[in-house]
Amino acid sequence: MIESNPSRSILELQRTAAQVRKDILLMIYEAQAGHPGGSFSAADIVTALYFRVMRIDPQNPGWADRDRFILSKGHACPVWYAALANRGYFERSHLYTLRKLNSLLQGHADMKKTPGVDMTVGSLGQGICAGLGMALAAKQQGKDFRVWVVLGDGEMQEGSVWEAAMAAPKWKLDNLTVILDKNRIQNDDFVEATMPVDPVPEKWQAFNWHTIEIDGHDMAQIVAALEAARAFKGKPTLIIANTIKGKGVSFMENVPAWHGKAPDAQQYQLALAELDKELA
Amino acid sequence: MNSPYHYLRHEVVAALNHPDFFQTIPGIATRYSYADAILEVAEINPRVVVLDVDVAKSLRTTDFAKKYPQRSFNFGIAEQNMMAAAAGMATTGLIPFASGYAMFLSLRALDQVRNSIHYPHLNVKIIASHSGLTPGPDGVTHQAQEDLSIMRAIAGSCVIAPADHISAKMAVHAIARYDGPVYLSLTRDPVPSLYTDDFPFEIGKAVTVRDGTDITLVANRDLVAHALVAAAGLAQQGIEARVIDCHTLKPLDEETLLRAAHETGAIVTAEDNIILGGLGSAVAELLVENYPIPMKRIGVQDTFAESGPYQAVLDKYGLSAPHILQAALGVLRRKR
Repeated sequence: MIESNPSRSILELQRTAAQVRKDILLMIYEAQAGHPGGSFSAADIVTALYFRVMRIDPQNPGWADRDRFILSKGHACPVWYAALANRGYFERSHLYTLRKLNSLLQGHADMKKTPGVDMTVGSLGQGICAGLGMALAAKQQGKDFRVWVVLGDGEMQEGSVWEAAMAAPKWKLDNLTVILDKNRIQNDDFVEATMPVDPVPEKWQAFNWHTIEIDGHDMAQIVAALEAARAFKGKPTLIIANTIKGKGVSFMENVPAWHGKAPDAQQYQLALAELDKELA
Repeated sequence: MNSPYHYLRHEVVAALNHPDFFQTIPGIATRYSYADAILEVAEINPRVVVLDVDVAKSLRTTDFAKKYPQRSFNFGIAEQNMMAAAAGMATTGLIPFASGYAMFLSLRALDQVRNSIHYPHLNVKIIASHSGLTPGPDGVTHQAQEDLSIMRAIAGSCVIAPADHISAKMAVHAIARYDGPVYLSLTRDPVPSLYTDDFPFEIGKAVTVRDGTDITLVANRDLVAHALVAAAGLAQQGIEARVIDCHTLKPLDEETLLRAAHETGAIVTAEDNIILGGLGSAVAELLVENYPIPMKRIGVQDTFAESGPYQAVLDKYGLSAPHILQAALGVLRRKR
C-alpha cells in the first residue's frame, strides 16, 4: 500500500488552490456554462483533500483501499475536475472539453466517465447518502479507508440530507467526514432568504455529530480540521467551513447571480488577472 | 393425450377448472420467497448484504438479520437514504439487496434509483414487495400499480416480476449473479404455488407454461395464475391458448413473443399494473413494429383502485381470469 500523497506545505497548497481556481475559470469560460460561484468557494477544501489529506493513488483510481471523495453539491464539479487534472488523474487538455459532446467531463460528475470520480452526483442530497453507504461498507468489510463528502448549504434543504444525518451516528461512522461549504448563497438568492438552514452546528450536534467550525479559505485551518476529523473516534464529523461564494474573483464574490453563469470575454480577462496575481 | 402444460404442479393442473381455484391451491406471498432465498444466496456469496426500511418484519428479512447481523442494515423509514447508500455500498463491491415496499422504493426514492443507481449502473438489487394491487386491503397509497412502468422507463434497467414461490426464489438467485441494477417485484398477498422445481428460470427468457395455437396469453407476476385459469376456461370452449409467463419485463424476450405471435395470430396481455407503459405496452410496441396482430391489454385502467380483499380488488378492476377470458374471446373475433 502506497501513501502516494505528497505532503505539501500550507504555502504550496495555497498556490495549488490558486491554480485550481484558474482552471475552474478557464473551464467554465470555455464551456460558456457551469457554476463558478460554488466551485470557487470549495476550491481550498478540495485542494487540501486531494493534495494533502486523502490516501489516494492517481495512477490507480480504482484502488480498493483508497479514500473516497464525493462532491455532493455536484454542480460545482469544475472544482473536482480541476483538482483531479492537477493531481494527475487525466490530461489537463480535457479541461477544455467540459460540458461538450464526447467529453470525459460531464456537466455533473459521472463516475463511469471521469477517472478519479468516486460517485456520480448532480441530484442534490444524494452524494452524502452514497458517502454514508461507502463508509458503512468500509466498516462492514473491516477496511480503513475514509470517505470525505463536500455538501452545499443550500443542499441541506433536501430532506435526504437529514436522513443521512440521522443514520451516520447510528452506525458510529467516524470514517465519514462531511465538509459543509457554507457559502450562504443558492441558485435563487441567499440561503437565509430562500430557506434558512441555521443554526447549523446545533442541528448537527443534536443529530449526534461531532462538529468543527472553520474559515473555509484558511488553508491551515482546513488541514487542521480535516486531520482532527480523521482522529476523532466514535462519531461522524461535520466540518462547517464558512466560505465566500465566488472566492478569488472580486466581482463574483457574494453575488448570487454568479451561482450558475459563465463569464464573457471581458469578465474572463478581469477574473484571470485577479487569479494570476495569487499565483505570482 | 399429452398435457399442454409445462412446469406446473399436478395439483395446479387438476384445479385449473375448479371454480374456486385460488382457494384450492395453497399460496405463498413472494415476499416470503425472497426472505427464504436470500438466506441461501447469502451463504453462497459473502458480498450480499440486506438493507431494510422498517419493514423487515413484513418482508421477513428479520430472518436474515438474525442470521447475519453484520450484513443487515435497517435504515428506518428513509427510502431515499437507503437507495443512495446502497449505491455507495455497491461501489465498494458489496451487493446490496435494498428491500421494502414497491410504492416507496420505486416512487419516493425514484430520483435516487435513477441517478445514483441506474445512471452509474451500480450493482444494487431493489426488492419491492407489495407490488401492483397485491396489498389489496391497504388501499391506494400502498398499491404500487405503476412501479413496473416506471422502472421499465429507466435506461439500462432490468425488471423482473415472478409469478410464484419457486420462480421468485430462482429469481433471487439469478439476480444475485447478475451484474447490474435489478428491480424485483414481489407480492404482498399469497399467490398460488404454480411451478415445480424444474421451472427454467433465466433472466430475460419468457417461459411457455401452456401450449396452444389459437391465441397467446402473456402475463406476469400474479396474473400468470389468472391467465392459466382463463386458458383452462377457453379450453372448455375448444380454444387452445398458449400461456407465457413473461417474468422478465425488461429485457423483453422478443424471440419467444414474436414466435407466439406468428404461431397463434392473436394475443392478450395481462398485468396487475396500470395499462400505461407496462407489459401490455411492451408487447404492443414489439408487435406493432414487427408483426401486428389482433391484441388486447388487460391491466388497471387509467384509475386508482381501492381497499378490498386482494382477489376481489383484482376482479373489480378487471384483472382476474374471467376478464382475461372475455378479452381472449373478443380478440379471437378479430382474428382473421
